[in-house]
Amino acid sequence: MIVVKKLVKRFGLKTVLRGVDFAVQPGEFVALLGPNGAGKTTFLRILAALSRPTLGEVRIAGYKLPDEAAQVRARLGVVSHLSLLYNDLTAEENLRFYARMYNVENSSARIAAVLAMIGLEARRRDLVRTYSRGMQQRLAIGRAVLHDPQIMLLDEPYTGLDQDASSMLDAALKAVAAEGRTIVMTSHDLARAEELAARFDILSRGIIVASATRKQIKKNNLLSFYKQALAD
Amino acid sequence: MATKASHPNSLSKKEAAVGGYFKAISAIVWKDLRAEFRSWELISAMLVFSLLAILIFNFALELDVKTRQSVTAGVLWATFAFAGTLGLNRSMSIEKDRGCLDGLLLAPVDRSAIYFGKFFSNLAFMLIVEAIVLPVYSVLYNTNLFHPGLIAVILLGSIGYTSVGTLLAAMSVQTRTRDVLLPILLFPVAFAVLLSAVKASGGFLNGADFAEISFPINLLIVYDIIFIAISFMLFDAVVEE
Repeated sequence: MIVVKKLVKRFGLKTVLRGVDFAVQPGEFVALLGPNGAGKTTFLRILAALSRPTLGEVRIAGYKLPDEAAQVRARLGVVSHLSLLYNDLTAEENLRFYARMYNVENSSARIAAVLAMIGLEARRRDLVRTYSRGMQQRLAIGRAVLHDPQIMLLDEPYTGLDQDASSMLDAALKAVAAEGRTIVMTSHDLARAEELAARFDILSRGIIVASATRKQIKKNNLLSFYKQALAD
Repeated sequence: MATKASHPNSLSKKEAAVGGYFKAISAIVWKDLRAEFRSWELISAMLVFSLLAILIFNFALELDVKTRQSVTAGVLWATFAFAGTLGLNRSMSIEKDRGCLDGLLLAPVDRSAIYFGKFFSNLAFMLIVEAIVLPVYSVLYNTNLFHPGLIAVILLGSIGYTSVGTLLAAMSVQTRTRDVLLPILLFPVAFAVLLSAVKASGGFLNGADFAEISFPINLLIVYDIIFIAISFMLFDAVVEE
């Protein structure tokens, strides 16, 4: 579903990604872990067609980036630590706006289904500015799945959430994953990643230094795998 | 290599290209107007600035009736230009601050649709402010501004100013010095539009022959077409990381 070969990204003289090779199978949930400045967000922005690769090949659902970016974007749902929502619109109005941007057919029924999935039906007519951070993040997931994307890119979705909000986000993400979507999530939270993902890739200094499936990592041993990968 | 996957919500290419394009433009305009008529954040700032500016000009210049007539066009366009810059800056800042610009860029539409959506919203805000400022100005300066020719010039000038302003605001909003950068970028580029608008407006207010006014009006039309065409071509490159 996602194939990345020898991806390089430079900002001026600074090289952020140094030949990343990465592949994700359909329906797979991959956690991309790494320290600050490793290049996780840059990598995800390239997959989301928000940034152009300097060198290398990126294919998503068979479409090549950046040449076929519109086709790729139609198949992607993106959640970041920013909600990408408008404070002065209600939840329903935000979803209606994005439904029109994505040309979603039968949008009223789809919006109702999404609001039910993220548990915000009762607050659908409230302005987003009145929402807690956790509710905004759930609505952000609703926005991202509105057009029924095959692939979800999650960039540090737990940033700034308290324990309760994180648990609610867990439930929303599990519901999204259960629908068979391909998911790539960057995170600092190893415990959350271990709970959700089926594969763990470690990105350090612009390159993937280690990769392991859940089966390959003994339960509760992700931390030592992570530390070992960064030390090598 | 992975095969190209079909998408459950995808329409035919032609439908997506045409219907989706105009739907995206109208969605952005609807969203901007809806949010603004709820918060009045942008229009109120532009309006307060405009009213203060014309009040200050009125008391600072202390002009006699004849001189007022000759400076009206300049004062009017200086006010519109500064107020317009405030609006353009704020309109793009709202998109940038909560990552909403990324939300727009992630949509599977040609990015010029995003430009036109923002352009029409910004133009609507500017025209609303102008529609409120004109009667106030007429009363304060004892000048009748409700001349069809002047209204047409204001529309043409606003189109030119907003078209290039929307492009430059999209560029400046990505920098740390966005509040300062936009006027520095915009005023030199929009100078020709503002000069033509002042000349044409002054001509109508002073009852000049149409032959005398036609040159700045034609220039305004040409600038509008050029600025819209250039912005249409460059917007994708401006917002690309």
